[in-house]
Amino acid sequence: MEKTLQRIKVATVSELPKDLGKTVRVGSHEIALFHLVNGKIRAIENRCPHKGGVLAEGMVSGEHVFCPMHDWKINVCDGEVQKPDRGCVNTFKVEIENEDVYIVLDK
Amino acid sequence: MSKQKIVLIGNGMAGVRCIEEMLKIQPNHFEITIFGSEPHPNYNRILLSKVLQGDTTIDDITLNDWNWYEENGIQLYTGETVTHIDTAKQVVYSDKDREVRYDQLILATGSLPFILPIPGVDKEGVTGFRDIQDCEKMMEYSNKYKKAAVIGGGLLGLEAARGLLDLGMEVDVIHLSDYLMDRQLDSAASKLLQKELEGQGMNFLLGKNTQEVIGNTHVEGLRFSDGEEIKADLVVMAVGIKPHIQLAIDSEIPVNRGIIVNDYMETNIPNVYAVGECAEHRGVVYGLVAPLYEQGKVLAKRICGIEGDPYEGTVLSTQLKVSGVDVFSAGEIFESEQTKTIKSFNDWEGTYKNILIQDGKIIGAVLFGDTKEGNKLLSFINKRADVTEYLEAEKGEEAGASLVATMPNEEIICGCNGVTKGDIVQAIESQGLTSVEEVKGCTSASRSCGGCKSLVADLLECTLGDAFSKSNQKEPICSCTTLSRDDVIAEIREKNLTHTREVMSVLGWTTSEGCSKCRPALNYYLGMVNPLEYKDERESRYVNERLHANIQKDGTFSVVPRMYGGVTNPDQLRKIADVADKYNVPLLKVTGGQRIDMFGVKKEDLPKVWADLDMPSGYAYGKTLRTVKTCVGESFCRFGTQDSMSLGIALEKKLERVGTPHKFKMAVSACPRNCAESGIKDLGVVGVDGAWEIYVGGNGGTHLRAADLLCKVKTSDEVIEITGAYFQYYRETAVYLERTSVWVERMGLDSIRAVIEDKQNRIELNQRLDEALSVLQDPWKEALNSDRILKDLYQSVKVPAGVK
Repeated sequence: MEKTLQRIKVATVSELPKDLGKTVRVGSHEIALFHLVNGKIRAIENRCPHKGGVLAEGMVSGEHVFCPMHDWKINVCDGEVQKPDRGCVNTFKVEIENEDVYIVLDK
Repeated sequence: MSKQKIVLIGNGMAGVRCIEEMLKIQPNHFEITIFGSEPHPNYNRILLSKVLQGDTTIDDITLNDWNWYEENGIQLYTGETVTHIDTAKQVVYSDKDREVRYDQLILATGSLPFILPIPGVDKEGVTGFRDIQDCEKMMEYSNKYKKAAVIGGGLLGLEAARGLLDLGMEVDVIHLSDYLMDRQLDSAASKLLQKELEGQGMNFLLGKNTQEVIGNTHVEGLRFSDGEEIKADLVVMAVGIKPHIQLAIDSEIPVNRGIIVNDYMETNIPNVYAVGECAEHRGVVYGLVAPLYEQGKVLAKRICGIEGDPYEGTVLSTQLKVSGVDVFSAGEIFESEQTKTIKSFNDWEGTYKNILIQDGKIIGAVLFGDTKEGNKLLSFINKRADVTEYLEAEKGEEAGASLVATMPNEEIICGCNGVTKGDIVQAIESQGLTSVEEVKGCTSASRSCGGCKSLVADLLECTLGDAFSKSNQKEPICSCTTLSRDDVIAEIREKNLTHTREVMSVLGWTTSEGCSKCRPALNYYLGMVNPLEYKDERESRYVNERLHANIQKDGTFSVVPRMYGGVTNPDQLRKIADVADKYNVPLLKVTGGQRIDMFGVKKEDLPKVWADLDMPSGYAYGKTLRTVKTCVGESFCRFGTQDSMSLGIALEKKLERVGTPHKFKMAVSACPRNCAESGIKDLGVVGVDGAWEIYVGGNGGTHLRAADLLCKVKTSDEVIEITGAYFQYYRETAVYLERTSVWVERMGLDSIRAVIEDKQNRIELNQRLDEALSVLQDPWKEALNSDRILKDLYQSVKVPAGVK
């Protein structure tokens, strides 16, 4: 099946505090956007696979976020839940152009 | 080579465990199909009683989630039952007309609750206690009805009864014998158990033979053989289980009580095996978890074509999963002319021990009240140890380690999760583990009931030797470091460390970024050591403390404004009402700490709500002083001897905002009737004629603990001075997240009292406290005055659909 991609500007880099998450709602998507301490910006679905906790409010350590509900540890780059828990959240592609932060969505 | 086709009938603990073992030995070698009648993936059936008791949820007891089946390429059919096996053609047929051919077939159909063959058991409201559906049914009934009757005073019945009590029902337990758990306990232990459970609110009808379930379509009660009747809206049958073997019978696989298997779990039909509760081995059918795991391992090796030891049966051991009751039983428990015993009974502490010995060997044991020794005794029984060895071991310190050293690698340490000694030792060695917590994280050993923690510690000691010392279970702060709280604070002071990242890099954290355990702890310790210069790190705060509101499960927040001493006025109430209207607050609730909680506020609305309220934060989210509850006291109450409200307000105004290792709750009551519940607070004050009593270390939460009397003083000023010193001493010496109830027991009340009684200490502690208090301001105002904070923390991004 053919996919169309949609690129949406959601913020500028300076609007995103480091080591914290930001909630981004695009249409029906709710996305957690993280500005990591190494400068990278990553986007994942704002919903823990365990009990639906809002990941954007979790504590960010390196490339992982800890869900604020029951402390599941999730890699924000590939969406994988870390051991001993299991699961995965959707990730979204992030592009940065002239300080503008874009999220790329499958339409 | 084409893959071997494996079909497993029964998606439960025994069968799936066997598949896991097979995948470990020969991954990618099998094409596996699993049929399960229940609509769930494999879950930990033995923890259902904990679900019923409210200690955990159904989601949390899943052992293999859907992903696991997918990742391992397993075709899973849930909610589907195999109805026939053609053992000649090697094909199974399901109730959904599916046909699956097999090379090897594993029967793991488990067992069914045994329903008494008496009239009326088909009425609505009669259930077994076997699966998630039964569990859900009981929970549903507890919402609508009041009276439950559990038939069966064995392990399962008592766990069900305790669960129903927790669900708010009145529970009668009916048992045929005069003694509870009569198959696992001797009469002395059984009577102790009965007394304990009666204390918890269970009602027992012993020596009763149930004859009929009475009622119309729905259960209304039970009738016994002696003619007596009781009322009941729910009847739980927990008299036992019977192997589920109908499919085997229909398919002409030989059965007796269970499906007959040899020492390699083979039936006498080629390529058909049975494992778990449906199997009968050497005349025994097992209904507990440990044997199932052992059988699974033997069978996995057999199917993979690997030479292995035969299964030779299991010594059974039991542990009752009822909170507040410790019971252990293993092996033989009935005395005979050939047996001798080692017995001890401590009426005062309510503990009992009975060890059975035959021909100089330990053959069984019953423990009540203190079951720490249980696992060790089980090992002695398993290896048929000489009783002298046990008595020697009891004397020596090295006992535990030397005992685990002699265990074979296949021996199961954690019965709940089927983790062997070999698994644990390998994890310790290959991943450099040094604490029980780390072993738990890597292997799941001790993750469920925790009964094997001491054995895990022994294994660490025995594997690591001198590198591991149990007293040095100075718990590391988290798995990022081996340093304890005391080590870290000493280093912070000595090296003048000022930032969490600096602590982590200077002290050699194994992860450069830390984790959700160490970062908030370091943030607290740094602020405690250096309150004037340390800048609190909001990134290292848990969401509630970062946003100064309590997150709820749907991602909204709750807001609790400060009401000093639980005293309010019309103006505050009007403001709260207006704000609730304006922001459509869905729920207003009075809290246990005498405050008003506004639930369901959206994050973006928080600053506006605070601005409109114009009241200080009530810190309902913080590791800090939460509230000071007060009773009305002498101003209105005819019994009040003191002005409790004024003292409570003064204490709350003095101590509010400053961080503590964990939350800190207080109360002031004006007389010993104690309406403010000072006896279960971190610090509670009780007024008596002409004096105040100060109680400490109380807790009304998970670990209920009555507070201890610290001292008695004459004036309110003295209360404030002592409270300040005590509060600061807790701040300076407790481990992050250690409540005062635990801290008091660790430090010892006498040693705390000795510090606080010293005048000079009190002055210095209060000075350091005042210093920490001097730099704090109301966090809601702080946020409202800073555009940066509002933008960074409270604003989200919203892009309407369709924008390019």
